[in-house]
Amino acid sequence: MPDNAKTIQIEVLRYRPEQESEPVWESFTIPYTDDMSVLQGLQHIKDEVDGSLSFRWSCRMAICGSCGMMVNGIPSLSCKTFLRDLTPGPVRVEALGHFPIERDLVVSVDGFVKKLEGIHPYLIPKEPRALSEGEYLQTPEELEKIEQYTSCINCMLCYAACPQFGLNPDFTGPGVLALLHRYNADSRDGGRGLRMEVLNAEDGVWSCTAVGYCSEVCPKHVDPANAVNQNKVNSAMDYLLNLVSPRGEKS
Amino acid sequence: MKHAAGAGRPHVRPYVRPMKGWWTRNPFFVSYMVREGTALAVWLYSVELLAGAVCLAMGEGAWNSWVASMRHPVMILINLVVLWSMAVHAKSWFDIMPKTMPMIFVSGKRLAGSTITRTGYAAVVAATVVILGLAMWGRP
Amino acid sequence: MKKRSNAPIFWLLFGAGGVLSALTGVALVLITGVLVPLGWVLPQDYLAYPRVLAFAQNWFFKAFLFAVIALFAWHAVHRIYHSLHDLGIHNNAGTWMLCYGSALAITAVGAISLLSIGF
Repeated sequence: MPDNAKTIQIEVLRYRPEQESEPVWESFTIPYTDDMSVLQGLQHIKDEVDGSLSFRWSCRMAICGSCGMMVNGIPSLSCKTFLRDLTPGPVRVEALGHFPIERDLVVSVDGFVKKLEGIHPYLIPKEPRALSEGEYLQTPEELEKIEQYTSCINCMLCYAACPQFGLNPDFTGPGVLALLHRYNADSRDGGRGLRMEVLNAEDGVWSCTAVGYCSEVCPKHVDPANAVNQNKVNSAMDYLLNLVSPRGEKS
Repeated sequence: MKHAAGAGRPHVRPYVRPMKGWWTRNPFFVSYMVREGTALAVWLYSVELLAGAVCLAMGEGAWNSWVASMRHPVMILINLVVLWSMAVHAKSWFDIMPKTMPMIFVSGKRLAGSTITRTGYAAVVAATVVILGLAMWGRP
Repeated sequence: MKKRSNAPIFWLLFGAGGVLSALTGVALVLITGVLVPLGWVLPQDYLAYPRVLAFAQNWFFKAFLFAVIALFAWHAVHRIYHSLHDLGIHNNAGTWMLCYGSALAITAVGAISLLSIGF
């Protein structure tokens, strides 16, 4: 390494269940250049220093949602977080918050996937539609009602940001509720009734206390806080309607 | 510090990190707790007014005691804190309001969150001026 | 089948109380808690018994006073209840009764007192 090479210290919360009962911090000093992301720093560690370091990544361009982790305590995509912004260091890297750590920076995502499957995350036509009827038409306003929510990359940074999820892992959570809203609010969709049960439950929108940090950390500007809290109104109206005329879950 | 079940695989012992003190670790969360904390002041003021209503119903003597206790230096100090809390509540309420509302479209364009917030601030100022104005107009 | 939450009732009360306290809280505390007790801008005898009695006997102002007392309470307890959870004090029937029970008590006593002074 040339004498004037820049280095930075990266501290990683390691966890290898076969050799330790609790996570431990381990420090690495690596050379870095101004264009390096935290992900590249981790890749350098894995390639040159300690091949056992485990972490998820894929596209390295902030679209796959794989590389979510805590960087200096903030839920971040490691491919989109740059070492030049974290000088002089040390940079503390930890597994994505509020999720159980499986190994090093790898968390268990089973709960999230189950919740996502539970909201019918696909368009359900209002009525059967023949091909001859042509495509659905949407106005720019109808598109705007859903567009930001379609940008979700399932990175789960919002779950790491959400203290209510941290306190109660059964809370459906910001990301899944934003996706639920994406479908309910789509003018082409008729599946609202199927999804109300998720919204109306205590673990649905009613566990949210409008902290708003989820929307702060979302790398795609989905604004899940807005999706969840808008649906408090919908859920409350559904509740009042149900008081007046009780009906089955399908509307 | 807890370990979730490993389902019979010895090297699978997911580690669950504790939540204790979570809100102290990020300034965003500290602001959130301050916002939520304003509820204590709102509750306290409700009780102060309730005490007034009870004393009013009990007669002139009781009412005068309530008025006198509101003049006590300790009560004035408490109510200065309550006053500040009400201001924090009012500001934070309209700061978060855009997040709590469905999208509003005005002649095809989406209403910006900042517009909603600023309208809220203006409503607070207007309501305050109206109430103070009415109070001044009602002077003996 | 997930059980439907009853949160909407309390959330609607929380919201109504939140809007009312956000709009009127500063002015009301300023007048009753600071200005009148100190005799600033408004005289110290501004809240003399006959004047306040007449004020509270007016159906409109009586309703306003009741709304302030009750809705401020329902707003506050909903937030306090959830903040206890945030602080690690787990929600249970006991904490629920303490919080929402106090709002119910404040509402009831407030209604009785305001009605008993007549119109």
